[in-house]
Amino acid sequence: MNAPILKLFALVLVLFGALAGMTSYNSVIKAEEYRDNALNKRPLLKQALVKRGVIRARDGTLLARSVKGDDDVYRRRYSPEALRFAHALGYDYALTIGRAGLERSRNDALAGEKDEITSIADDLSGKRQVGDNVITNLDLQAQQIALNALGGRRGSVVAIEPATGKVRVMASTPGYDPNSLRDAAVFRRLNREDNSPLFNRATQAGYVPGSTMKVVTAAAALDSGQFTPESTVVGRSPIDVSGVPLKNFSNAQFGAITLTTALTNSVNTVWAQVAEKLGDGTYAKYMERFGFGSDPPMDYPEGQLTPSGVFDVEKDEFIDVDSGRVDIGRVAIGQERLRVTPLQMATVAATVANGGMRMQPQLTSRIVDPDGRTVERIEPEEAERVMSAKTAAQLTQMMANVVREGTGTAAALSGIEVAGKTGTAELNIPQRLNQPWFIGFAPRSKPKVAIAVTLENLVGAQGGTDAAPIAKQVMESLLR
Amino acid sequence: MSARNRELFALIPASLLVTAGFAAVFIQRDDLLSDLSLTYGLIFLALCLAAHLVLRMTLPDADPYLFPLVAVLACFGLVVLYRLDEDFARDQAQWFVVGLIVFTATIVALRHDHRVLERYRYVIAFGGILLLLLPRLGSPVNGAYLSFNMGPISFQPAELAKIAIVIFLASYLRDTRQVLVVGARRFAGITFPPLKHLGPLLAVWGTAMVLLFVIQDLGSSLMFFGGFLALVYVATNRISFVLIGLALFALGARVLYAVRPTIESRVEAWLHPFDRELYEQEIGGSYQIAQSIFTQADGGFFGEGFGQALIRLGDGPPLLPAAHTDFIYAAITAELGLLGAVAVLLVYLLIIERGFKTAMLATDSFSKLLATGLTAVLALQVFVIVGGVTKLIPLTGVTLPFISYGGSSIVANFILLALLLLVSDRARREAVA
Repeated sequence: MNAPILKLFALVLVLFGALAGMTSYNSVIKAEEYRDNALNKRPLLKQALVKRGVIRARDGTLLARSVKGDDDVYRRRYSPEALRFAHALGYDYALTIGRAGLERSRNDALAGEKDEITSIADDLSGKRQVGDNVITNLDLQAQQIALNALGGRRGSVVAIEPATGKVRVMASTPGYDPNSLRDAAVFRRLNREDNSPLFNRATQAGYVPGSTMKVVTAAAALDSGQFTPESTVVGRSPIDVSGVPLKNFSNAQFGAITLTTALTNSVNTVWAQVAEKLGDGTYAKYMERFGFGSDPPMDYPEGQLTPSGVFDVEKDEFIDVDSGRVDIGRVAIGQERLRVTPLQMATVAATVANGGMRMQPQLTSRIVDPDGRTVERIEPEEAERVMSAKTAAQLTQMMANVVREGTGTAAALSGIEVAGKTGTAELNIPQRLNQPWFIGFAPRSKPKVAIAVTLENLVGAQGGTDAAPIAKQVMESLLR
Repeated sequence: MSARNRELFALIPASLLVTAGFAAVFIQRDDLLSDLSLTYGLIFLALCLAAHLVLRMTLPDADPYLFPLVAVLACFGLVVLYRLDEDFARDQAQWFVVGLIVFTATIVALRHDHRVLERYRYVIAFGGILLLLLPRLGSPVNGAYLSFNMGPISFQPAELAKIAIVIFLASYLRDTRQVLVVGARRFAGITFPPLKHLGPLLAVWGTAMVLLFVIQDLGSSLMFFGGFLALVYVATNRISFVLIGLALFALGARVLYAVRPTIESRVEAWLHPFDRELYEQEIGGSYQIAQSIFTQADGGFFGEGFGQALIRLGDGPPLLPAAHTDFIYAAITAELGLLGAVAVLLVYLLIIERGFKTAMLATDSFSKLLATGLTAVLALQVFVIVGGVTKLIPLTGVTLPFISYGGSSIVANFILLALLLLVSDRARREAVA
């Protein structure tokens, strides 16, 4: 009977080999896939056992911290000041609803996730894993002023330091209390609400830009060398653009006027003709340089960033501006099917302010370890040169005129010269529903702040009367 | 060196292992090494020495490696349980003492000749089946009738019944193996055993089916039936008998699959463990097996380190269900990695190798079949539970021998070990003589 016993042992060897094989499969071969499985809460739970770093405003005010519960799990608490920055900060309720905002984009630092070598070294030296702290660029006072000025209306304000890309203000109304999301039911309710409080209008909303787009048109016109600020174009109204008549505001008639005058008075027909002369290829190139068509390079979750551009609602996709399917004359004045985010328009203003160099917008200033040592300083990053410094200077001059004597006088500050451009997108003419805009920067000579302000679907609202005063208040606060 | 001296030396690594294990848990817990870990190690060493002395006096020629190998598993299990929950470890340590007492009693009672068991084979078989039916009086756990409550003690009779059935089969097949082979008929290219001797074999098949239908315990019945087939194969050297048996078992399992929702949901959970609907299903879903896989995935090659894996939050329930019983292998994989898990499997393989070796050395058919059967059910038990936990086969709850928490499992497996040592002692003595 010994032969069958040996065969039986051979079978057992095969079976145990299969067990070892399956164990390797689970613990090594497919381990990463299993760790990333959406049902697997273990990685999140492990992170929840680590004391997560705090998040602070620019002046050091505490915005988010972690409190240990009875079950050893840390839970996020947001300070009263954090309510102002609900969208920029996001939330960290990873086990129930997930993470958003900075809590998500800076998760590795906040959770204390180190690279392999550092974590092994920490293990050996018996150091417990602790999260690092995140110091943001966000300005408490200016943010509050922006929220007050928006006054409960739906809208957004974004303010950026032009030379560095530091985001000072990122307001989106209505907001929410991030602490309330601890209850997943509240999250689900807010998610369904009509005015979308969880939605970050600054980075996700696709608004019609109206005449603020003329800044992009002017930059393309001047920088391409085909126009100067003194070039003249006849501004009669209406004119035929792509087979459809285009009118000036109030059907105002202009003779041969300079581009400076055309910007100051926001003459639609002039800018439409300029863009048609430039051609869609040139226009598309400048839009792309300004950052249209791709997610803004900000330290913010990809899922909460939306590109700006010409959007085909039926096909649910962005259309290339030089595809021949786009009415370039109307893109030039911010109509057509343009959809832009307030962040994109703030970037346009900031780029002009920074002498034509577009900077990456940055929410984070630095990352500090629990002992207060700076682990990482987020240095300003150049994104792309959009136009020459000369073009930028000419455009600044033109935009300063808009605030000095044109449609944007309500943004003027006493003693500080402001450059800007208003916009009023007419969304529903019979109901007089408009989207007012203001983009600009100050001080004109050495800009410290660039801004975009917009309000959503307001009856009879105008960029000059409704958006510009908000920009004024916020810039005033940031320049103080 | 004599067999017993080799055994004594082999116990040293086991004691070192338990001391080191407890030290690791203490360091992880308190960041300081208490002398308690040493105490645990010493108590364990003393228990093993006592058992060793019993063997030295009663079975001087028995296999020297079986006991130390089992001691390694048992002490490893104790350390793992201690790390999971101190209360479990304390209970288990007590059961360990009970197990050693029963172990000693078995050896002392049968030391002259274990073949007296043959005389009581029908009593033993009947007792085994009765044991299996006892839990039917209780209420099902996870859809299966696995345990029987006697006061505070929850008793899993399947653990003891597997030994009873192996004893019966070894004895029965010793008598009938010749006729089974000689009287076999070929029909349609397959060799069938003679009809008149089929009765008891069908009875075993019937028992496995009863286990399936009444107790609804696929794991135990797989174990029994696998042990049965292994014995039939070794007794007759006819692979066709095994194939017929497998076909019959598959038939029964197929019918059960169709009529019993528990089995069907187990298979569904096995096939689609990460299906969200199955995962969130409250009863009979895939939550447990998915947690088992996720826990193993944390292990990697070297593991997260002893005491380092995420088992529970605060004083809450473990994230991995039944971490101390069915899923203990997943916890081991998480903490000690692939290396640690494979090391545990290797220890089992070594025990199995010694078991089969004992069977091959034995001179009489009953002893041969007994050692083969006991070794085969042990191997199958490991395969069924580790296979289930690693998603190689559908999950059915049996214990991981000598490691999982559970008194009946410890006691039964020590009886199994005692019987193997009894067979081994006689076989090796006769081999030398």
